[in-house]
Amino acid sequence: MSILVILEQQAGQWHRMSWETLAAGQQLAAALGEPVEAAVVGKAIGALANEAAAKKLAKVWAVEQDLLDSYTADGYTAALQQLIQKTQPKLVLFPHTYQVRDFAPKLATRFSQVLVSDAIAARLESGTLTLVRQFFQGKLSGNVRVGGAGPVFASLQAGAWRADALESGSAPVEVFAPVLDAEQIRQKPEAPFREAARAVDLTAAEIIVSVGRGVGEQSNLSVVEDLAQAFGAELAASRPICDAGWLPMERQVGSSGQTVAPKLYIAVGISGAIQHLVGMKGAKTVVAINKDSNAPIFEIADYGIVGDLFEVAPALAAEVRKAKGA
Amino acid sequence: MKIIVAIKQVPMRDSPLHPALSGKWIDEADLSFEINEPDAYALEEALQLKEKHGGEVVVLCAGPERAAQTIREALAKGADRAIHIEIDALVSLDTLGLAKLLAAAVTPEKPDLILTGLQSDDLGAGQTGVVMAELLGFPHSTIIMQVEVRDAGIRVKRELESGWFQHIEMPMPAVLAMQSGSNKLRYATLMGIKKAKSKEIHRVTPVELGGTASAVATIEKVYLPQKSKHTQIFEGDAKTAAAQLVEKLKFEARVI
Repeated sequence: MSILVILEQQAGQWHRMSWETLAAGQQLAAALGEPVEAAVVGKAIGALANEAAAKKLAKVWAVEQDLLDSYTADGYTAALQQLIQKTQPKLVLFPHTYQVRDFAPKLATRFSQVLVSDAIAARLESGTLTLVRQFFQGKLSGNVRVGGAGPVFASLQAGAWRADALESGSAPVEVFAPVLDAEQIRQKPEAPFREAARAVDLTAAEIIVSVGRGVGEQSNLSVVEDLAQAFGAELAASRPICDAGWLPMERQVGSSGQTVAPKLYIAVGISGAIQHLVGMKGAKTVVAINKDSNAPIFEIADYGIVGDLFEVAPALAAEVRKAKGA
Repeated sequence: MKIIVAIKQVPMRDSPLHPALSGKWIDEADLSFEINEPDAYALEEALQLKEKHGGEVVVLCAGPERAAQTIREALAKGADRAIHIEIDALVSLDTLGLAKLLAAAVTPEKPDLILTGLQSDDLGAGQTGVVMAELLGFPHSTIIMQVEVRDAGIRVKRELESGWFQHIEMPMPAVLAMQSGSNKLRYATLMGIKKAKSKEIHRVTPVELGGTASAVATIEKVYLPQKSKHTQIFEGDAKTAAAQLVEKLKFEARVI
C-alpha cells in the first residue's frame, strides 16, 4: 500500500501544510511497512523537488510542465491523474488547503472515488484505514471508511499532524512530464492580489480579544471593545463579524484572515469553526467565553467560562482593571 | 441566462446535536431546519445575476419531504421554479452518489451557470459542486466572491488564503461554489411569499434519475469529540468566574 503525498507550492514558495501532510504520510507508511513518495507540481520546480528529497521518502516526483506554471483545477487534475495512473498508489494525501479543495474532489471523481476532506486523524486496524473527520463545524466527529477499487484520497486538516515530526533522509528525484494540451485548461487565472494594505498587524499583538457571532448585533460590540481596552488588547473577530461589516476585514483571524500567535487570546462568543481555529491555534494561552459548553473552542482553550457573554465580559473587564490597578 | 442553484436543507445553527441510536448520524427528531448558509449566498448571487442579465433561476434541492419548506422560501425570495429530488436518507449517499443525482437532474435543463455554496454546514465536505462539474464536463471554480458575465463566459473573483484574491475567466456553462458573506441576503417579501405558492416544484425520485449508486465512502459512526486538552472551566456567577479566571491568568499563565 504505497502512499503518495501531494505537496503544495505557489510561485516557488512551499505551503507550510505540505510538511504536516508529509509527516502524516511518513507515519502511515511506517505503520504499513510501505514506501511513501511525494509529488510537487509546477514549472521549473527542480529546487523545490531537491528540498523535498531531503526528507525520508522513497521518491520525489517533480511534475513539470509549462502549462502548470499557474494553478488551474483542470491542469492540476489532468497532471496528477496521469501520475497516479503511472504510480498506482493505494493512498493519496493532500494538505486541506483552498487549492486542494478546488481540484482534489475532481481528481478523485476521475477514479470513481470520493475524497475524504479535512481529515483530523487516520487509524489503521488490521490493515484497514479509518479516517476521522468533523461534522457540524467541529461539534461532532465521525469515522469514515472508504471502499471502491481506486486509491483512497484524503486531505488533512491544518495542524492535525505536526510538521516537526518529519523525518529527514535522502530520496531520488524523478521528473514526470504530463501530457497536457492548452485547450483542456478552461480556467484562465490572473495574478493574485490583495484588496488593500493592512493597517492593523494583529500578528504583533501580545494580547488579542476576539469576537464572534455570539455578540448578536453590531451595537453590542462595545461590551467586547471595553474588554479589549481593559486587557490593553487588540480587537479581532471571526469571519462572520467582518463579513457583516461590523469590523474591518483586516481584523479577521482565520484561514482567510490573519494567523496570530499572541501570548493571550480571548475568544468571546466564538464557537470555534476550524477556519477560525487555524488562525489562532498558536496562541500561548487561550481563554474561551461561550454560552454553549459543547462549542469546539473549548477543545483548544486553556481556560473557559460557560455563560452569557453580556454578563461575563463586563465582569471580566472589571476584574482585569482591579488586578492591574493592584 | 439560465442559472441553477443547488441548495441543501440543514439543521438550524446552534441545534442540539446527539448521535442517533444507529450511531451513524444525528438524531433529527426534534430539530428545526433551514437553508445551508453558503447556499443562501449562492441563491442571492443568482437572483442578482438574473436582475442584471435576465433569464431564469431554478432551485435544485435533494432531501426529504421537509426540504419543501426550504425550497418554498427560495421561491419566495425570487427563484422561478424548483426541482426537488425526493430522498429520505441523504446521508446514506456519498458526495459522488449525490452529485450523480444532481447532474442527472441538471442535464435536461441545459443551464448556463450552476451556483452552489462552497460547503454544507452539516457534512462540510465542500465537494458537491466540484464533483457535479466533473460529471457534467463543465469547468468550475470554488470559494467565489463575485461573478461577472462577459460575452460567452464569466470572470470570477476567487478567494485565496490569508487575504489574497484572484480573478479567473472561464467559458459557460460552468459551476461555481460560492463563499458566504459576499452579498447582503434579501428577505422574502409578502408578495414573494404569495407568488411562491403558485410556482412549480418538479418532484423527482432517485430512480427516475437513474438510481443511487452504492456509496464508496461511508460514515460508520458519529460521536462527540474526545477532549484532547484539559480546559479549566470556571463556574458560578459571572463575577466569581471572572475573578477566578483573572487569578489564573495572573499567577498560573502569567500573561497579565
